[in-house]
Amino acid sequence: MAKTVTDVICPFCGTLCDDLEVQVSDDGTKILEVYNACAIGAEKFLHSQAKDRITRPRMQQEDGSYKEVSYDDAIEYTAQMLANAKKPLMYGWSSTSCEAQSVGHEIAETVGGVVDNTATVCHGSSLIAIQDVGIPSCTLGEIKNRADVVVFWGCNPSHAHPRHLSRYSIFPRGFFTGKGHKGRKMIVVDPRNTDTMKMADIGLQLEQGRDYELLSALRVAFRGEDLPDVVAGISKERIFEAAEVLKNARFGVIFFGMGVTQTLGKNHNIDEAIMVTKDLNEFTKFSIIAMRGHYNVTGSGAVLGWQFGFPFATDLSRGFARYNPGETTSNDLLRRDEVDAVFVLGSDPGAHFPISSVRKIARLPSVAVDPHITPTTEISKLHVPVAFVGVEVGGCCYRMDNGPSESRKVVEPPEGMMTDAEFLSRVRDRVGELKGKAPVGSPSTAQVQGA
Amino acid sequence: MADSISLNLISGRTIQQGVAMEGGKEKPAYTDACGIIEIDPADFKRLGVYRNTNVRVTSDHGTVVVKAIEATQGPHPGLAYIPMGPWANAVVNPNTYGMGMPTFKGTPIQVSIATNEPVLSSVKLVQKLVKE
Ligand code: SF4
Repeated sequence: MAKTVTDVICPFCGTLCDDLEVQVSDDGTKILEVYNACAIGAEKFLHSQAKDRITRPRMQQEDGSYKEVSYDDAIEYTAQMLANAKKPLMYGWSSTSCEAQSVGHEIAETVGGVVDNTATVCHGSSLIAIQDVGIPSCTLGEIKNRADVVVFWGCNPSHAHPRHLSRYSIFPRGFFTGKGHKGRKMIVVDPRNTDTMKMADIGLQLEQGRDYELLSALRVAFRGEDLPDVVAGISKERIFEAAEVLKNARFGVIFFGMGVTQTLGKNHNIDEAIMVTKDLNEFTKFSIIAMRGHYNVTGSGAVLGWQFGFPFATDLSRGFARYNPGETTSNDLLRRDEVDAVFVLGSDPGAHFPISSVRKIARLPSVAVDPHITPTTEISKLHVPVAFVGVEVGGCCYRMDNGPSESRKVVEPPEGMMTDAEFLSRVRDRVGELKGKAPVGSPSTAQVQGA
Repeated sequence: MADSISLNLISGRTIQQGVAMEGGKEKPAYTDACGIIEIDPADFKRLGVYRNTNVRVTSDHGTVVVKAIEATQGPHPGLAYIPMGPWANAVVNPNTYGMGMPTFKGTPIQVSIATNEPVLSSVKLVQKLVKE
């Protein structure tokens, strides 16, 4: 007999689906089947069961091979590395729980590190733009129940957030959207004819890198002013057509992704997208939402925000929080050799940073905490495997619309395996000893382990 | 047919990239999903190679060998796509221009035929490149 765990949260993407059902063996050690998840979500649960999984920390040897060490040794190495560094970079945080993030921040405060999360290569541009011009936003539930015009700009949810369309944005029937996708107009803007664009009512395949121009052209069109014949590779007739659809929405939303945040212009592209949304609010009700990637990158921004006032790139090396993207962001720090140790948890810069930054990590004292083998773990001095958050241990996570949910534990981790909150708490306690201070008001290791 | 062609490179997620990444980045499936470059049929013609030939991609920032496949979400002549991962990041423009974000999209690249050069696995590729 097997038992089924219901209302499970998927710990992969920012859609944070909360309707998964996972069938587990009676002794609670094996996942047999995953229902309702998309292919990526299902793989995440099933891969946690892989027979060849690494279950103990490994230290890099002189010849580049790895040798198993105990968790105690790993904790000591990590604590010594952080305590001895002048300015360690503590990067990642987007694939772990808010509870673990909070313990990590305590360590950063004690050792004077820089805390940065994956927004730095993802929606950091958006966070800067939001600080510049604000953001008119809403929840995914409101979109399901109200939105009749949905724009996807520089994002491809069919691939990156596979259930977004079916759960929230296009297909579901909601309170005021009883006709489902038949009652919704879908506009997609992208330099490729993506699988998402193939489903759209209006697909605008713009010239790569011309998002700012097209956004500005829309603002001109809303005002009924004249435009050049072609802007960003799109004819002015089509721009006016799209502008009309947007203005005539009852409730509209723009979802945007890496196509705008990683393209030249970056935060200025988002400024302009937000101003398009603001303009549209003179005609109707419009919102804008960032398609956040990792399942808890939003949570990392929230925890950093309420503890230090900044959503990423927070430099604690001077004893108070500083934030200056371009200076305190991971890639700039690495490029300029401004950090002397790297601690990575819940992310894989080895695969997702430009190689010039990865080269710097490989040359520094480095620790990677990750359940998987990744390019980061294979260039770090120490790899600490941990239990999968959302599969083998619960914890708080934030969806892309800033709503928190509690992820669930569905199976036991392999025997003797630590969770990241436990590992971090032990490192924090040891760092406190090395630095001669116990952080005030923090829960003890025992409390975190019991939680 | 040309020795090499110039294209504009972007990268991003694909569902195969997501599944393969969760299945293990050290596994061959991840190389199959991300060690590729998607090129428009018109650009295949200009370069004069068959589909599924290995090619060398070079930018001002690095060089990498990947397998050229036909664009799955095209047409997009002049534009090339490498799914996000270490192969794309071997050649992308790392400059943040003072705001923190590397310029992952819109890197000018040269693509040339490299039939006999292998596509390295993610771990091997990164371990090799960090030593350079
Ligand atoms: S859409 Fe995202 S959160 Fe939902 S099941 Fe797929 S990967 Fe998981």
